Amino acid sequence: MFGLQNPTKFLKFAKLTGPWFALASALLIGSGLWFGLFSSPADYQQGETVRIMYVHVPSAWMGMFAYSVMAVASAIALVWKHPVADHIAKGSAPLGAGFTLICLVTGAMWGKPMWGTWWVWDARLTSMLILFFLYLGYMALAGAFDNAERGAKAAAILAVVGWVNVPIIKFSVDWWNTLHQPASVTKAGMPSVDPSMLLPLLLMGVGFTTFYATLLLWRVRSEILQTRIRNIRLAQIHGEG
Amino acid sequence: MIQYWELLKRELRLALRQGSDSMMVVGFFVLAVILFPFGIGPEPGVLARVAPGLVWVNALLAAMLSLDRLYQGDYEDGSLELLILTPAPLEVLVAAKVTAHWLTTGLPLMAAAPLLAIFLNLSAYDLGVLLLTLAVGTPTLSLIGSVGAALVLGARRGGVLISLLVLPLFIPVLIFAVGAVDAAQHAFPWTGQLAILGAILLGAVPLGLYASAAALRQAAE
Repeated sequence: MFGLQNPTKFLKFAKLTGPWFALASALLIGSGLWFGLFSSPADYQQGETVRIMYVHVPSAWMGMFAYSVMAVASAIALVWKHPVADHIAKGSAPLGAGFTLICLVTGAMWGKPMWGTWWVWDARLTSMLILFFLYLGYMALAGAFDNAERGAKAAAILAVVGWVNVPIIKFSVDWWNTLHQPASVTKAGMPSVDPSMLLPLLLMGVGFTTFYATLLLWRVRSEILQTRIRNIRLAQIHGEG
Repeated sequence: MIQYWELLKRELRLALRQGSDSMMVVGFFVLAVILFPFGIGPEPGVLARVAPGLVWVNALLAAMLSLDRLYQGDYEDGSLELLILTPAPLEVLVAAKVTAHWLTTGLPLMAAAPLLAIFLNLSAYDLGVLLLTLAVGTPTLSLIGSVGAALVLGARRGGVLISLLVLPLFIPVLIFAVGAVDAAQHAFPWTGQLAILGAILLGAVPLGLYASAAALRQAAE
């Protein structure tokens, strides 16, 4: 893919595009926040708390998107053994876990005034919670080996297995929830989103994506550099011995 | 095929000679379930209501506890490398290992389930459905667990790590198994949930075997 699997070329690419992604995310999130906090109406039912949505929903999107990136990069790393794909998968995991955590926390803060409780075993909430644990498992496995390459490989297999399982988990949780709970809690008949609210939501969504891309490029860059530093140190030690 | 049977025989022989392992899993299972009446009160109605969930959650934990011995011993004494070097496809050998694991944990768990049904005031009909879900569901646990057990070979604190890896993946099995018994308790049809459990098992066979084999190969490198 454009020669980006070559770490040197990737470094160049990251150096070139990173600031632009950072700028784009600052502009998008800034304008999204302005529209979301000041220039959009409060919801007629939910009042001002609806503004939590502008952080909550995009972070839910990103939590799922980052997992897909992680799984696809892991599959590429397993099949073609591109070192950069390994770094992308590894760098994507903490970002995705962070977004998922933001989604869960903001969801709880939104749920307290709306549903009267911090947590309900709603299908979507439950799926996000499980997704969070999948991230934790991935990161724990990737960090559990003395040899970083071993960890990356094992974690890649886990990510692919997890990815196959995510739709099954989603389906089973939906099914479980409809069995155990009436749908009334989950805001039955949520009104379609008004354009004045859709604009900040979309701005925030794209902004979060570019923010994620910025951080990911950053992480991959530092991973590549770390690997190089380690290799240089090892070469020095071997040279001395 | 012959390698499958040979390896299965070896695994079973090993398990029988150190028979305490298998018994400990069942012991944990029964004891953990018996703790619950102390925790939530001995009222028969309440116990019967939560019985499917109790039995299944503890079956998950018991199956998980026994996972670390699936490949760990072979990894430490080097026989895993010999297994990988044999001309037979590694997936077949993994299948033998998983079968042996199920025969030494899943099957004993099923054998202990009737006893728990008596403790938890479960009717004979519901027990039958529970046994069916255990029969279809526990092989899936062994298959998915095998992936986790293969992945943590050589990792620090593998035993704790394995729970973080496989428990989220066990959730669909838990949901549908408990759903089937729940439906049976309320005199609803339950074959649908059982069919989905069967579908999950069929999906887990290729996924579990290939992923375990891939994990074992990279562990032995």
